[in-house]
Amino acid sequence: MSVTATATWKNVRQEPSRLVRLFDWKPFLVFICMLPAVGLLAVFLTYPLGLGIWLAFTDTMIGRGGSWVGLENFEYLMEDPVFWNAVFYSVFYTAFATIGKFALGLWLALLLNQHLPFKSLLRAIVLLPWITPTVLSAIAFWWIYDPQFSIVSYIVVDVLGLRETYIDFLGSAWPARWSLIAANIWRGIPFVAICLLAGLQTISPSLYEAALLDGATPWQRFTQITVPLLMPILAIVMTFSIIFTFTDFQLVYAITRGGPVNSTHLMATLAFQRGIPGGQLAEGAAIAVAMIPFLVFATLFTYFGMARRKWQQGEAND
Amino acid sequence: MQIITRREALTLSVAGLAAAAMARQATAQIPAADTAAPKLPVENGASLRILRPARFVEPDEVIFRENTARFQQQTGVQVRVDFVGWEDIRAQTAVTANTGTGPDIVLGWAEDPHIFVDKLIELSDIAEYLGKRYGGWKFLGEKFGKKNGSNTWIGIPFGGTSGPVVYRESAVREAGYSAIPNEHDKFLDLCRKLRAANKPAGFTLGNAVGDGNGYANWLVWSHGGMLVDEEGKVVINSKQTIEALKYAAELQKTFPPGTLSWGDVSNNRAYAANECFLTQNGVSLYFALKNDPATAAIAADTNHAPMPSGVIGSAPQSALTINAMVFRHTRFPNAAKAYLAFMMEREQYDPWLQKCLGYWAHPLNAYDKSPVWDSDPKLAVFRDSMNNRFWNGWKGPINQAAATATAEYVMVQMCAAVASGQATPEAAAREAERRAKRYYR
Repeated sequence: MSVTATATWKNVRQEPSRLVRLFDWKPFLVFICMLPAVGLLAVFLTYPLGLGIWLAFTDTMIGRGGSWVGLENFEYLMEDPVFWNAVFYSVFYTAFATIGKFALGLWLALLLNQHLPFKSLLRAIVLLPWITPTVLSAIAFWWIYDPQFSIVSYIVVDVLGLRETYIDFLGSAWPARWSLIAANIWRGIPFVAICLLAGLQTISPSLYEAALLDGATPWQRFTQITVPLLMPILAIVMTFSIIFTFTDFQLVYAITRGGPVNSTHLMATLAFQRGIPGGQLAEGAAIAVAMIPFLVFATLFTYFGMARRKWQQGEAND
Repeated sequence: MQIITRREALTLSVAGLAAAAMARQATAQIPAADTAAPKLPVENGASLRILRPARFVEPDEVIFRENTARFQQQTGVQVRVDFVGWEDIRAQTAVTANTGTGPDIVLGWAEDPHIFVDKLIELSDIAEYLGKRYGGWKFLGEKFGKKNGSNTWIGIPFGGTSGPVVYRESAVREAGYSAIPNEHDKFLDLCRKLRAANKPAGFTLGNAVGDGNGYANWLVWSHGGMLVDEEGKVVINSKQTIEALKYAAELQKTFPPGTLSWGDVSNNRAYAANECFLTQNGVSLYFALKNDPATAAIAADTNHAPMPSGVIGSAPQSALTINAMVFRHTRFPNAAKAYLAFMMEREQYDPWLQKCLGYWAHPLNAYDKSPVWDSDPKLAVFRDSMNNRFWNGWKGPINQAAATATAEYVMVQMCAAVASGQATPEAAAREAERRAKRYYR
């Protein structure tokens, strides 16, 4: 009986259908699972970026479609002193604002890393300039820099009597440029300080204790322990900071609108000015596209210059 | 431009509502010819969406809505009016034009119907009717309403606001003048004397859409210069422009520091704070001073005069105009036209004009008789705002290029470059020519 039963038993397992096999195939599964993310990126990132780049090669205006004109917009920009001035000031603004933000931000972070009374409260207060909406702080600075009603002028002239005339912050090119950099530094310090503070707190106190026992001076402790261990986070924060500063728009647009005589236009404000109020959508897009190489360069520079230390990848430092 | 304070707005709105009824009775003063209105049978079940810039003063919106409600009552057409910020309206008009959906009627800026002309329906029937009925259109009304070089109406200008000289009578008297002189050299002399008396004049050359362009255009136009000729050929790099720029540099020396960074409100603030005694502005400055007890004395000492005509003969000013257009995509063109005509009829338009206190000046001659212009003798200069002979991009066609050159501050920055000493007049004029040629290509 049993022998017969065994003989008649058939293997009922069926070959899996094509569909099932397809879904079991790992590369396909990976592809399917990534589709939603790819879709989101394509719709909200690639499409606007692609459209912006496409527009840069057309002669589109607001209210009128355009046709392909090749590099015509860029050729015009190459000869446009206003554009080159914006390129110069964007780089200048980014460089000096970043230096200022990091110098003061690091200093502030070191101070906040000490044991202070009301430590948490102080750290929260420090964040205030960062969490205030930019446009609000920009309007505040606009008043601070007003030629007639500036609080700074009032104190310097009317209270202290150090000057005869009110300071004309925004009326000529260089004072206006430095004034905007100062406003940007003020706004950017908290971000840098809080990020670096987070970095400082990951450094083990035992390292400092060991250094103390070896008789290291505070300066040596700073340069030999703090700086190298802070480098990875410094690189990341600096990359972000450079990108934020280079693409800054609100401060400049709200305070000077690029004036006087275009001397404070950043590439971002010039792109907007040309594209939207000026109606030359394509030219604005071309200016925006011209920002990309700068941003890629800045990112690569900080990435290769600071972040890729061997020890970070588990190898010994040279 | 002056943003009205809440306190002013409150008093104005109360007064506005109370007086609106009275204003309606006063319309008899507006002469109207007995003209047959064009036959515009309103479509069945019509509804309209209107887009217009935010109000100058509260009654601007209140009476506008009231008039719209009356139209709705009389015709049964559902009308929705949306008010958007001044800086956004052109972008929204562009989207409406490009996508072929959205509001049926947009009250945009003067150039807008000319930019979107392909997407609009012709409005000649109602424009000609209104012209006949109300004593004809004023110069700028016709200029902004008709398609370039034709008799086809594409816009219905609702009103404009111009920027004359606003000055302190006492200061000008102190400088030895009884009125604002029309000659360049005398005007410069007046400004020098004001400066010497420590009561300086001040005009903005910052990136200020209204005031900056108003002053720069005046400088060039009053010397006989122009951005482009009738055909739209760029002629800014001319002897007249160089003269204007040299003059600008001289005048600049008499201003307080910082005028190169002034925005549209800076001169208002400086004037209200006794830091500036002669400037160029719309009527808003005067009312802001008059309605605030703290500055009422300044208002009493303030008067208006046309900008000096220089070599050109008539005041070289334009008017910031709102211009209504009807888009081709509307399903109810008759209702839209009927609405625009209705809003311009004296029963609706005059109360609106009166309650706007002169912020908007009328484009139709008959409204010269509106009581608003006699309500305060200092408003007299605004009565003829729409009869100014100039427009942005004068003497060229009104088009996208003219709008862009204005928005890009080509004239302002040319003058500012010389006034600040950054460029020679010749270099600045060449640079303006280079930029303008790009837009007028």
